[in-house]
Amino acid sequence: MDTQSLTYLFVGLSFALYIGIAIWSRAKSTSDFYIAGKGVHPIANGMATAADWMSAASFISMAGLIAFLGKDGSVYLMGWTGGYVLLALLLAPYLRKFGQFTVPDFIGTRYYSDTARLVAVICLIFVSFTYVAGQMRGVGIVFSRFLEVDINIGVIIGMCIVFFYAVLGGMKGITYTQVAQYCVLIFAYLVPAIFISILITGNPIPQLGFGDTLIDSSTYLLDKLDQVTSDLGFTAYTQNSKSTLDIFCITAALMFGTAGLPHVIVRFFTVPKVSDARKSAGYALVFIAILYSTAPAVSAFARMNFIDSVQEVEYQYAPSWFKNWENIGLIAWKDKNKDGLIQYSSGDALDGIKPRFTSEIGKNGERLVSNKANQSNKNEIYIDRDIMVLANPEIANLPGWVIALVAAGALAAALSTAAGLLLVISASISHDLLKKTIMPSITEKQELFYARCSAAIAIFIAGLFGIYPPGFVAQVVAFAFGLAASTIFPALLMGIFYKRLNKEGAIAGMITGLIFTTSYIIYFKFLNTHLNVSDNWFMGISPEGFGIIGMLINFIVAIIVSSLTKKPPDNIYRMIDNIRMP
Amino acid sequence: MQKDYWRSNLKILSILLIIWFIVSFGFGILWSDFLDQFQIGGFKLGFWFAQQGSIYFFVILIFVYVFLMNKLDRKYKEDLKKDKTE
Repeated sequence: MDTQSLTYLFVGLSFALYIGIAIWSRAKSTSDFYIAGKGVHPIANGMATAADWMSAASFISMAGLIAFLGKDGSVYLMGWTGGYVLLALLLAPYLRKFGQFTVPDFIGTRYYSDTARLVAVICLIFVSFTYVAGQMRGVGIVFSRFLEVDINIGVIIGMCIVFFYAVLGGMKGITYTQVAQYCVLIFAYLVPAIFISILITGNPIPQLGFGDTLIDSSTYLLDKLDQVTSDLGFTAYTQNSKSTLDIFCITAALMFGTAGLPHVIVRFFTVPKVSDARKSAGYALVFIAILYSTAPAVSAFARMNFIDSVQEVEYQYAPSWFKNWENIGLIAWKDKNKDGLIQYSSGDALDGIKPRFTSEIGKNGERLVSNKANQSNKNEIYIDRDIMVLANPEIANLPGWVIALVAAGALAAALSTAAGLLLVISASISHDLLKKTIMPSITEKQELFYARCSAAIAIFIAGLFGIYPPGFVAQVVAFAFGLAASTIFPALLMGIFYKRLNKEGAIAGMITGLIFTTSYIIYFKFLNTHLNVSDNWFMGISPEGFGIIGMLINFIVAIIVSSLTKKPPDNIYRMIDNIRMP
Repeated sequence: MQKDYWRSNLKILSILLIIWFIVSFGFGILWSDFLDQFQIGGFKLGFWFAQQGSIYFFVILIFVYVFLMNKLDRKYKEDLKKDKTE
């Protein structure tokens, strides 16, 4: 069978599996729908959390980003795993003890205020939609490249699948499909990584192969990579190019943001006991670490392979993957020195960075771009970093079934995260807005109906984001983490560890955190993109890392305001005492 | 007794979070360049902590926490029982 039919087969089989699980695990009550009836085993919940957490960005983009960032890419590795330590130690067990359905539930009850609940709902919806937009785009890319269907049809197929198991099964359906999706995605990630590790270093364990010698010499892979990258004018692969303070802040913003992401926190509401919430966070991180410790190895292999297979190669003899990705516009080549050879080095090849393709074909057969060449460097290649993981098996000449597997894995990663996010959105609308604020008199049955409706509407909006992708998806990721770190995380943390914090303090803290972080990010990422360089940043902290400053401001404002206003009522003290006990 | 439980919990938390900070922000970022002069296999040590080691330590930290807290929970429950019988 050719790669194309294998891909259809793998993707079709995995979709059939997800639908089967959804039918088997329908939700019958609001408790089933929101938190899977609190009956999920910690290991299953760990897998589901891992699938929920590892999105299209982790599966498709992260290794590619690290391949081009080198050591600077560590911010993602540490930032997106270290947050689980904070979650397990500081939040998960206490929120599970609290025992309600949603994150705004906790904030609303702890700060005895519907305003606080509403602020939390707004932050939550914003953070979650930001994230969903990225997932649907991921689904579109995979469909268009591997199944050669139109991106829009791809997105619609993805929407239907998610609709089916999220609306029908709620959290229960999502949890068990996510377990299956985790298995698909981790297998799909490891198989090519192991193959490539063997090809390059002879070591079958990527985590070790990464620090091993190249197969036909006694040079270490990383030493070779350092040398090659610095020869081409890049910062050496194992060196930082960003400032230490900036790296520190970005890592911290990602960690605290992770711990404040509602769709992750809510997963710990689904287990039977408090001790299970702790254990479950541990298992989740094990399952995540399997992918996250493999990713930097994949990055190093990919960078090496990429340079080896294109540098000084005649375009006509360029490998087929190069032309496939050029066809869908994610690679471009501009022959600056007219020698017909591909040259790759540091710097942006094209003015305006992203290629604008014309319909003409150049004399070597390449797609011409209307961008002027950027003459300040010799680099002739534009490459979209998102393609490295998807292209890796092709670059390494792996068999067709591996490529098919990667496509199924990428879809599993995108769909599982999208489903988790959509559920959080629908729960916050039907439970926090309708049941707890606007119309408290509805019955459980009606609430369940509204929950299903809001899930359906959320899926529809997410689909629109996928079909008409807002150009700002990449920029808003900084937003999601910055907001989670500067609003939700401090409100939760102080809610548990600082009894004296009253509603005035919490609301003032969340709002100042929100305003500071939002204005800094909007100023540099949307209004003055040309000023977005380290000289203009506050203390050299990039917008991606500014969430951490927003978080500190939140803490300070909350504590000052609450010490100036009156103590929270006694029943809140008793409630906190209660959640602190096992 | 509730106070004792909470105090032991805070002690466990602080120790584990200090280690959490040292292995990631310390070894992986602040002192990473210094550690790079040491080598294990093909890895410079600082680079290894930034891209591998910190993640392994995170996993270990959570399981150590689970173990210590389960022990503490058991002790708390036994104390509670003793209190009632006395």
